[in-house]
Amino acid sequence: MSALLSLKGVSTFYGPIQALRNVDVEVNEGEIVTLIGANGAGKSTLMMTICGNPRAREGSIVYDGTEITQMPTHLIMRANIAHAPEGRRIFARMSVYENLLMGAHGRAQAEVADTMEQVYALFPLLKDRRSQRGGTLSGGEQQMLAIGRALMSRPRLLMLDEPSLGLAPLIVRQIFGAIRELNRTTGLTVLLVEQNAFQALRMAHRAYVLVNGAITMAGTGAELLARPEIKAAYLEGGH
Amino acid sequence: MTMLRDALLSALVALGLFGVMIGLKTDPGPTSLVLTWRPEAVAIAVVVVFFGRLALLSWRASRPAVAKGPGQVAAVMRKAGKYLAPVLLVLTATMPFYAGRYYLDLGILVLTYVMLGWGLNIVVGLAGLLDLGYVAFYAVGAYSFALFATEYGLGFWTCLPLGGLFAATFGVLLGFPVLRLRGDYLAIVTLAFGEIVRVVILNWVSLTGGPNGISGIPRPTFFGLTFSAAGGEGSFADFFGIEPDISQRVIFLFYVIFGLALLTNWVSLRLRNLPLGRAWEALREDEVACRSLGINVTITKLTAFGIGAMFAGFAGAFFATRQAFISPESFTFIESAIVLAIVVLGGLGSQLGVAMAAAVMIGGAELLRGIVIAGVDLVEYRMLFFGLALVLVMVLRPRGLVSGRTPSVSLGKAREIPAEMVAEGRG
Ligand SMILES: Nc1ncnc2c1ncn2[C@@H]1O[C@H](COP(=O)(O)OP(=O)(O)OP(=O)(O)O)[C@@H](O)[C@H]1O
Ligand SMILES: [Mg+2]
Repeated sequence: MSALLSLKGVSTFYGPIQALRNVDVEVNEGEIVTLIGANGAGKSTLMMTICGNPRAREGSIVYDGTEITQMPTHLIMRANIAHAPEGRRIFARMSVYENLLMGAHGRAQAEVADTMEQVYALFPLLKDRRSQRGGTLSGGEQQMLAIGRALMSRPRLLMLDEPSLGLAPLIVRQIFGAIRELNRTTGLTVLLVEQNAFQALRMAHRAYVLVNGAITMAGTGAELLARPEIKAAYLEGGH
Repeated sequence: MTMLRDALLSALVALGLFGVMIGLKTDPGPTSLVLTWRPEAVAIAVVVVFFGRLALLSWRASRPAVAKGPGQVAAVMRKAGKYLAPVLLVLTATMPFYAGRYYLDLGILVLTYVMLGWGLNIVVGLAGLLDLGYVAFYAVGAYSFALFATEYGLGFWTCLPLGGLFAATFGVLLGFPVLRLRGDYLAIVTLAFGEIVRVVILNWVSLTGGPNGISGIPRPTFFGLTFSAAGGEGSFADFFGIEPDISQRVIFLFYVIFGLALLTNWVSLRLRNLPLGRAWEALREDEVACRSLGINVTITKLTAFGIGAMFAGFAGAFFATRQAFISPESFTFIESAIVLAIVVLGGLGSQLGVAMAAAVMIGGAELLRGIVIAGVDLVEYRMLFFGLALVLVMVLRPRGLVSGRTPSVSLGKAREIPAEMVAEGRG
């Protein structure tokens, strides 16, 4: 099976600081792949690098058979990749509906309504709140909106950066449930960055561990969950 | 008791401030400046502050604790806006039928600023790009029209789009270097840009006439008919068989700027509902999220600068044809500041608010002219009134006169802008 997304030997720098070291990651079609790592390990940087902002200095990123390493960000994002960046980043003064519309930027009007119904079906709460300002939603609702907004582009690959950030366990379960549901019913491929390692690993088909910008471990979610060093570093008290 | 202490403290601060600012007056002496000490003026200022503070505090204390929420006020304003806007529109459209020459001239001036405000609103209100050099595009529009008209003999209607085009080009040119800048940094660079354009105009004497400006700019024509006061062959009055009268031109100019302003309004309202306009708003809210959603941030910013500048260019061309004479003096930083103040006062992003703010700031200031109190013409104090108006609006309605969007953290900027403007108003 050829990978939907593959990174080979990717290194990223912020000025003189190297944030990613020779990273190899593969994401196959229909998989949920989880990336875990300590704060500052470079998880967000990895996602941003896939988006081309910042650009990888070395290595290559291939998506669906196309080299995207040097493509401009907005073109990468139009190639069926969606990215919900860290910290939700809702358009605070725009309504829920407008936020969702922004996710469908550049798509034909007719299809947009359909997709929006699907998003509403996934997060019924958003439908009730559709004319409310994004900034006045609660944290959990904002996260749902952020995911919904990302889904509006009908992506094949959905990248979520810490969707559980600052949310109550019940909401986290709800959001993870929605992600798994999407993956099962539509075959959506998901690349997930999480601090909530236990749940994220349980949900993942495969997972990578990032330490100081380098991949140190890879395997199925269950394999990693069983490893003592993972338990010690990421799971103590983490669930 | 606490009120009294608070008022005393305010009076003390006032003494410290005014003791120098009002108390010391410099007069030109025989050899050098002479300092005059004016204790009575300071005393008056301090007493006014003391009682003013006391009155303000007791008014606040007597006010019911539950004030109207900002949402409620906004809703009321919006509802009022529904009726107010058409009424204002009709009043403006019929103005030449009931207003005299002086008020028409004033109306033209106000409408020019309304148009500038609406244009800048695209850049600042919608796209959230703080632009302190907007007057540069106004100047570019004015000068490109003046030069095309005087050098190549092109008419107003040919030059109007050209002026807009040139200004838009300059807008995009300014956009490139500031693509990565936001907030304060963007403000500084745009401010510098405005000054650069003015200084270039001032010093490029062979092209622009430098400080002497350009005169003899042709007046606009009505489908080829001129508005000469003498009447005669090919004039408006001659064609329609009426007496030639200077007010015909004024009325014509009034409708031209009215039309241009409405065009600006219509285009910005239209754009707001198009993907481009929504992208501007999204950009104002969160640039990172925009990138993640596949929005081309570069194009989005450049179009905001370009389209905003284009309307300033139109307004500039109109200004040139109306004045028949332009010089760099008309394009100083204070013009940018006034237009920005209009946009901020009107409530960033609100079309009606901008129009009202322009009417109050420009029209109101002009109406002060001729009101003489204690031997001074009040119009000399218009900057003081500007400052006062800004402070008042920002205290009472921090989101501007008509704030459409609900408050949010990112709106903190709205408070910063007025602070600068107030400083400007004092100077
Ligand atoms: N714009 C930037 N400029 C300079 N250094 C940066 C920048 N963004 C991130 N870094 C650095 O790169 C490293 C990786 O950061 P990154 O945000 O990818 O970490 P992370 O794994 O997502 O952490 P967290 O779990 O806290 O979100 C950190 O050391 C960070 O300080
Ligand atoms: Mg991160």
